[in-house]
Amino acid sequence: MRTSRYIPTWIVLLLPVLSAYAQIQNQPDDGQWTMAAKNYASTRFSALDQINSGNVRNLKLAWTFSTGLTHGHEAAPLIVNNTIYIVTPWPNYLYALDLSKPGAPMKWVYEPDPTPAAQGVACCDVVNRGAAYYNGKIYYNTLDAQTVAVDANTGKEIWKTKLGDINLGESMTMAPIVAKGKVIAGNSGGEFGVRGWMAGLDADTGKIAWRAYATGPDSDVLIGSNFKPFYQAARGKDLGVKTWPGETWKIGGGTGWSWISYDPDLDLIYYGTSNPGPWNPEQRPGDNKWTSTLFARRPETGEAIWAYQFNPHDDHDYDAVNENILLDLNIGGRSRKVLAHPDRNGRMYILDRTNGEVLSAEPFAYQNTSEGVDLKTGRLKVNPNKASGYKTLRDACPAPPGGKDWQPSAYSPKTGLIYIPHNNLCYESQGVRANYISGTPFVGMNVRMYAGPGGNRGAFSAWDPVKAKTLWEVKEMFPAWSGALVTATNIVFYGTMDGWFKALDATNGKLLWQFKTGSGIIGQPVTYKGPDGKQYVAVLSGVGGWAGTVVAGGINTVDGTAALGFTNAMTDLGKYTTKGGTLYVFSLP
Amino acid sequence: MRTLCIFGVCFFVVFTSCQREKRDLRPVPTRLAIYSDAARQSPLRPGGAEQPQLRVTNPYNGSAYDIAEGERLYEWYNCSGCHSHGGGGIGPPLIKTDWIYGGEPENLFDTIVKGRPNGMPSWGGRIPEYQIWQIVAFIRSMNGQQPRSATASRADTIEQNPQTIQNRTGGATK
Ligand code: HEC
Repeated sequence: MRTSRYIPTWIVLLLPVLSAYAQIQNQPDDGQWTMAAKNYASTRFSALDQINSGNVRNLKLAWTFSTGLTHGHEAAPLIVNNTIYIVTPWPNYLYALDLSKPGAPMKWVYEPDPTPAAQGVACCDVVNRGAAYYNGKIYYNTLDAQTVAVDANTGKEIWKTKLGDINLGESMTMAPIVAKGKVIAGNSGGEFGVRGWMAGLDADTGKIAWRAYATGPDSDVLIGSNFKPFYQAARGKDLGVKTWPGETWKIGGGTGWSWISYDPDLDLIYYGTSNPGPWNPEQRPGDNKWTSTLFARRPETGEAIWAYQFNPHDDHDYDAVNENILLDLNIGGRSRKVLAHPDRNGRMYILDRTNGEVLSAEPFAYQNTSEGVDLKTGRLKVNPNKASGYKTLRDACPAPPGGKDWQPSAYSPKTGLIYIPHNNLCYESQGVRANYISGTPFVGMNVRMYAGPGGNRGAFSAWDPVKAKTLWEVKEMFPAWSGALVTATNIVFYGTMDGWFKALDATNGKLLWQFKTGSGIIGQPVTYKGPDGKQYVAVLSGVGGWAGTVVAGGINTVDGTAALGFTNAMTDLGKYTTKGGTLYVFSLP
Repeated sequence: MRTLCIFGVCFFVVFTSCQREKRDLRPVPTRLAIYSDAARQSPLRPGGAEQPQLRVTNPYNGSAYDIAEGERLYEWYNCSGCHSHGGGGIGPPLIKTDWIYGGEPENLFDTIVKGRPNGMPSWGGRIPEYQIWQIVAFIRSMNGQQPRSATASRADTIEQNPQTIQNRTGGATK
């Protein structure tokens, strides 16, 4: 009796120690939230365990904070040293609220004053996806393509570096990360014929240490002798020039507008590049490298180590920018360092993150534009009947926002599942000739989207990355455009575009609790330990983003092609929600 | 009598359709934007002062050819990239009554020439002024402010052909 009680305890104690040592997804958790994706592995998993399936139904509103703005609020709040930091959509205020006082009063607000004209080059609402904390500073990007470093205590600007030019159509919306003393950030503007890049800035001075373009000669892409891609298709000199007609690579897109992960052991950052420009594929015959591509690079120099192109010669605006969750999984009987990437094309890629080999690529959302990935060549087998161009394409799925868009998934080492907020959209399109005028859109495609099979425009699902299949799925009326958060107590949080903030049982998808916020939720939920030792859950409500432009941008819904064709699928959103940004913070009583 | 009647009908058709069929073969650049400020003025007038709004007639009012040209140019200069086919997106809708900067022809002209601070590019010097008037005529036509006889009854693109709109409840076939 005695032994049988003690031996399991001993094993239970030792196991986490061993696995935490070996596995990237089990980094220690101090109850803060210092980068948008929670950790370098981008799991959005919190070890906090006060809120559990037994008491989550008692979750109550603790306090709120209005940002005073009416565009889409996509950012993840940061929590560092008993302060909560919120980056707003344009004009990109940074609010610091004091968690050590009742009601979290404002400590300071930093206003970077980005030019109002930048709003004209933001394709899909004037959003911002958040900041990163490192060494006493908060780092984030402004819509007019500047990266700023702000003193986390005082709110004073430490440096500001201009990285792009709105007159070339460049803007910045992504949440940077800091790795090895470099702030890493990329541009937006894949719908404006910009030339995409990712840059590394010295975290102390803001000096640009490197800039890696997605198109152009190897010297610009930072491809050198250490570049060892897994597949033949990615080998060869200056493919960033040769896979384009003429000089079109100069206006070919491939921006780095979304997530970056980092593996400190391999010393590699991972991020995907955007769609090629223009959307009309007939204006750019060829594979259009390195757009819609995953890069593995050194954080200090930007040097490319390997690359894998998810969507060569993309026909459907399938950016490769979605999150890359770094996991150590047992696949085919052995432990492998992998990266899980739910792509816009509707497939969940599991890649060996040491070399870029595709291990599986099964659909997590309904799709008919591809038939699979050839695991020998790594190439996506596209469905020739769903090619777009100068013709009317009908019934192609997923639509341009993809099986999922930027909305980041979460992974729980407890359940071993990936929680994916996603879309269920199809579309029809007609190509027209895109005319390049710098600083204006470069698209050449009239699009109209609508709900995919089943009629629900979104879903929230749990994916088993080892078995490569969906375990459960919750249908949503609108695209699930918020981020996901999962805790050690098997509770998964996300928000809906009609304003519900939900907690589900992570093992079976059962709804445990929900709260109706003031506006549609497209933000990233986070959880933290307050100065009082209690666990809190926070999320920004405030509809917008591409999916919510119909409300945030006051669209006239008679035109289904408005907001790049998203309007046709969202004409009723205004009946369910109005605009307005508010931070909601919840706790147990 | 019958001849007279036919003559009468012809006469009527010729005269009523002349504006609609008008072609400006050598368009004279209108200089409005250069000599005057046509931005919308505030209706709030301190002390009740008279502040007459400038009224200018678009030389292409009611001309089917110029409205069609305006539509082509609206695509050509990427207005459609930001305003879609009138519903808006990056920029506000252009089919509406609640104009920020005014919806009268001279207001629209002024907006296009100068741009507007929240992201509307300034097109002055880039688009010839007669083309701006053609675009203005097209924007007005989207709002039903051009004679029906001068506007296309049905466009041949998917965005304005309601028959092809798939309904929202699951248009895709498995
Ligand atoms: C790069 C994006 C972009 C392009 C290209 C663009 N616009 Fe705009 N436009 C905007 C934005 C953003 C606004 C709102 C500006 C503001 O509120 O200050 C606007 C405003 C306007 C307005 C004023 C609307 C109102 O309510 O008063 C008109 C008219 C207009 N645009 C017409 C055009 C035409 C015609 C073209 C093509 C020649 C064009 N725009 C091209 C972004 C664009």
